[in-house]
Amino acid sequence: MTDYTELSTREAYGKALVELGVNNNSIIVLDADLSRSTMTKYFAQAYPDRFIECGLGEQNMISIAAGLASCGKVPFASTFAVFASCRCFDQVRMCIAQPKANVKVVATHCGITVGEDGSSHQAIEDLALYCSLPNFTVIAPADSIETVEVIKTVVLTEGPFYVRLGRSKTPLVYPKGCNFKLGKADLLKDGHDATIIATGIMTYMALQAAVSLGSAGISCRVLNMSTLKPIDQQAILDAAAHTGAIVTAEEHLLHGGLGSMVAQVLSCNLPVPLKSLGINDVYCKSGKPEELLEIHGLTSANIEVAVKDVISRKSRV
Amino acid sequence: MKEYNIPELENIARKLRRDVITMISEAGSGHPGGSLSAADIVTALYFAVMKHDPKNPKWPDRDRFILSKGHAAPILYAALAECGYFPLEWLGTLRKTGTCLQGHPDSRLTPGVDESAGSLGMGLSVGIGMAIAAKLDNKSYHTYVLVGDGECDEGQIWEAAMFAPNHKLDNLTVIVDFNGLQLDGFTKNIMNLEPFVDKWRAFNWEVIEINGHDIAQVVDTLKKADTAHGKPIAIIAHTIKGKGVSFMENNVDYHGKAPNKAETEQALKELS
Repeated sequence: MTDYTELSTREAYGKALVELGVNNNSIIVLDADLSRSTMTKYFAQAYPDRFIECGLGEQNMISIAAGLASCGKVPFASTFAVFASCRCFDQVRMCIAQPKANVKVVATHCGITVGEDGSSHQAIEDLALYCSLPNFTVIAPADSIETVEVIKTVVLTEGPFYVRLGRSKTPLVYPKGCNFKLGKADLLKDGHDATIIATGIMTYMALQAAVSLGSAGISCRVLNMSTLKPIDQQAILDAAAHTGAIVTAEEHLLHGGLGSMVAQVLSCNLPVPLKSLGINDVYCKSGKPEELLEIHGLTSANIEVAVKDVISRKSRV
Repeated sequence: MKEYNIPELENIARKLRRDVITMISEAGSGHPGGSLSAADIVTALYFAVMKHDPKNPKWPDRDRFILSKGHAAPILYAALAECGYFPLEWLGTLRKTGTCLQGHPDSRLTPGVDESAGSLGMGLSVGIGMAIAAKLDNKSYHTYVLVGDGECDEGQIWEAAMFAPNHKLDNLTVIVDFNGLQLDGFTKNIMNLEPFVDKWRAFNWEVIEINGHDIAQVVDTLKKADTAHGKPIAIIAHTIKGKGVSFMENNVDYHGKAPNKAETEQALKELS
């Protein structure tokens, strides 16, 4: 068995595919000349007959995956998140979403923590794009442990999936294991003054912020919203009802991502003070991941400030 | 499956053309030109070449057909109804609210439609996926993809064209309905594809040029294509847009326009 605790989410994906491939001949993996980066290389080495190298042709890859799915295969198509979303969106819409093809698009190198490669490689629109597609389920795991559980679930669940993974190693949210439930927010910590709803790498920072706020006497609930579509409305509304203020955090544009979806749920049902942390309508630049996160206000310190802000606004609603 | 002789196949093609005219006229919109140019090819596939079972549309061993030029949906629907995939009466519902016969093919709704289409250039790649699945499963079914010549403007066609020979997919055949016209005019003026045959050859396809309205030649070529070894086959079928209706032939206006009542009567008379 692989020890997943020391891995990035993409490494965990690559290793998990190999383990799942042993007993499931239907799993076919496709990549577009990035298998050494997306880590599908492990599957390619283990099962060369079931690995399809598509070269630099993402549109072709997505449509091939759909053809395989229509013949009963369970294709995983992988590339960088920026290409998996923007380069072949029409193919994803037409060949996967509309016919509800059983294709799993698993994209790595999401968000600004791609870092030095710069804006061309920083996928900050992918959640908005994939969440806009009917029939798609969209998941952004918080760490390597959750990634493995997500991939296991995805293999066994019929239908189109988009799974968003990162490049860098991320601190563990689930060092003791994870009980991933598709479509359900995971309550990581309960509290009564405010709720932090986070996804992907921001989940660990949300926990850090909650611990720090706790020592200052502020009690925070923390939800890991790894399934972004369909979003867990009940968990959002419970949080609004019980804590009365919400902060969201995501490594993605503010438009169309977690913050937008939480705002929609709240404003239609139970408006409470809300502050969303994300990238504010700009393309980012090259730099070290941690420096970029700081520039764009995506740190646990930023979350703490946001929590204090929403709590201060409670009485004014 | 019943064996049809050539005059019988020609009769079927004429009947399908009449259905196309009636359907599009009744719907008030649609694409007659590209449906009529593909009529003889579709007839050959469904009534003489492909192994398929209208009573069992999802039969795993069936030959696959992808109408990548999805706007020619009426000719596909006419063929599927004539085969018995669904009642002929459905044809009168084309494009209407609640219909199973969408403006462009929808695999969720229409029995016998193997793949949704409508955004051009994707069908050959989907066909590659099906052909790879056949190889992985040691199945002998063949995958046929019909693309338009205008559709070959799309870059994805050439991604797929590069891919298939690399994977030696000799269980895959692409048929190009080369009718020389696309929505804005003649293909040679919009985006000259020539030297078209040389392009496919250079991409390592086995290329055969035929007259796409000579059913005997179409059937013969497609049957031979089924036994090719080591290379995918590209059949460049020279056709006439609007074939069979004098005022629609080579007339770009009928790429995407329904005939009015008088034109419908005239067209049906010519196709009787």
